[in-house]
Amino acid sequence: MSEQDTPSPASVARRRFVLDAAMMACGVGLAAGGLALYAKQAKALPPGALRPPGALAEGDFQGACIRCGMCVRDCPYAILALAKPEQPVATGTPYFVARDLPCEMCEDIPCVKACPTGALDHALTDIANARMGLAVLIDHETCLNWLGMRCDVCYRVCPLIDKAITLDPQHNPRTGKHTLFIPVVHSDACTGCGKCEKACVLETSAIKVLPAALAKGEIGKHYRLGWKEKERAGESLIAPDAEHRYHLPEGYTYEHGGRGLVRDEPGLATMPGAPAPGTGAK
Amino acid sequence: MARPERPGAEATAARGWFGSHKWLVARRVSQLSILAAFLLGPLAGVWIVKGNLNFSYTLGVLPLADPYVLAQSVIAGHAPERKALIGAAIVLAVYFLVGGRAYCSWACPVNMVTDLAHWLRRRLGITKSVRIARSLRYWVLGATLVLAGATGTIAWELVNPVSMFHRGLIFGVGAAWTIVLAVFLLDLLFSDRGWCGRVCPVGAFYSLLALKSPLRVTAARRAHCNDCLDCYAVCPEKQVIKPALKGASRGAGAVILSPNCTNCGRCIDVCSKEVFRFGLRYDGREDAPSPALPGAVARAARADRA
Repeated sequence: MSEQDTPSPASVARRRFVLDAAMMACGVGLAAGGLALYAKQAKALPPGALRPPGALAEGDFQGACIRCGMCVRDCPYAILALAKPEQPVATGTPYFVARDLPCEMCEDIPCVKACPTGALDHALTDIANARMGLAVLIDHETCLNWLGMRCDVCYRVCPLIDKAITLDPQHNPRTGKHTLFIPVVHSDACTGCGKCEKACVLETSAIKVLPAALAKGEIGKHYRLGWKEKERAGESLIAPDAEHRYHLPEGYTYEHGGRGLVRDEPGLATMPGAPAPGTGAK
Repeated sequence: MARPERPGAEATAARGWFGSHKWLVARRVSQLSILAAFLLGPLAGVWIVKGNLNFSYTLGVLPLADPYVLAQSVIAGHAPERKALIGAAIVLAVYFLVGGRAYCSWACPVNMVTDLAHWLRRRLGITKSVRIARSLRYWVLGATLVLAGATGTIAWELVNPVSMFHRGLIFGVGAAWTIVLAVFLLDLLFSDRGWCGRVCPVGAFYSLLALKSPLRVTAARRAHCNDCLDCYAVCPEKQVIKPALKGASRGAGAVILSPNCTNCGRCIDVCSKEVFRFGLRYDGREDAPSPALPGAVARAARADRA
């Protein structure tokens, strides 16, 4: 650096300021980038963790929840906890684990009332409308009812019994003579309280409350279910309904739900499986 | 610049231990009372205050919300309910009146951690300090607000040591102690007054409130300053003192106007010449020059009143 380039004190101060500013912009930018990635990861609520009733969708929730713990305090059953930094839920936000302690579905929903920001939506006034998640009978291989026994515990403890969980009878092909009572969860009624998951008698619950987005399929928008369309229209939309007809050998009828294959006039017709020429296929 | 080993020793000699520590004691009482009020619920079942510093509800009537957290929530795209807004308005009003960063020195639990780090630093004779510009906190503050908008979440709350510590004490600390330890070590080993004085965006936010705050420390008897440097030694934001204390020749008022003065009052404590006192920002004049008011006289005056 030559003599005339020797900077004035003001210039030194200016350079220092600019350098400082540049350093801080880079440093803070880098840290902020890291935090942004972390924040993005933190938006992924692990499937085992459930939000209190009325919680906004996870992305919105983390912008609305100020981590004050008022819901935790007003939960009469001490079910909610604020996530600690080492837990896989966004730090300081409330959650519960159904298998440990499920939501008791208080009628007055004190946790929602306590929320000062609306992260728990105050529009939720009927706890039956809560959607904390969706119960899914996830393992058919270990569920006792699927194995043919009458456990029924998830069904019995469901606060919305016969609405959120029903027992649907099915034939038991293993024994050939018994009925399987299959617990079926109905997403239009299930609040995701987790009582069923908590109560499942297995070592690891066969029924689990999952985030609805994980649990629910979605039918294509263009799909039309014929029988529903028919119900709505009062008649079939695709073709006039015709009575179903079996292609039977001549002289036979079929009694659905009754005797089955019936020979009209014994002795006259040929045996089934060897139809007379010119009959049968049309 | 010789650094006093025991700042405040002269003041203690002049006014006794309590006389030279009363604002410090008052601050610790304030900080611990706030903590105790929050802890009474979970520990003793006495629910005076519910919540934490981000939002609290006192006796079922008084909502208090951290306006900085709420601002991030709004930037993230959420319109908060009325209760939070009222709480934030009250906090804004109170801290505007008592001087923005009074939050830092009178309420924030991290202050006790960083004060301890600073005290230990002096006792251990650690003088090395990485230079971190004090303006860094405003960059961090800006970044947290931008992040809230960019991620749609209150991203800063994922790592904020202030709320993490306070929440941890009340709701269970978990691994939050590591973050608090990191703050402690930063202040102890790397940068003197590093966290509260240079990095923390919470303090930076509250400092903005103090830009027009009426309650300020004033070097009203600056003519009596004997340059002992004790006030600089204890001040967590030493850059704020000089313009007021040494500004007489430039015609500057005696009030410490810097928004980063935390109104901790420690300078008032340690000054053996009783240069500082709390005052109003509009009151820039110095106290009437009088022959140096010796501590003994002041003590006698107080004794009379008592």
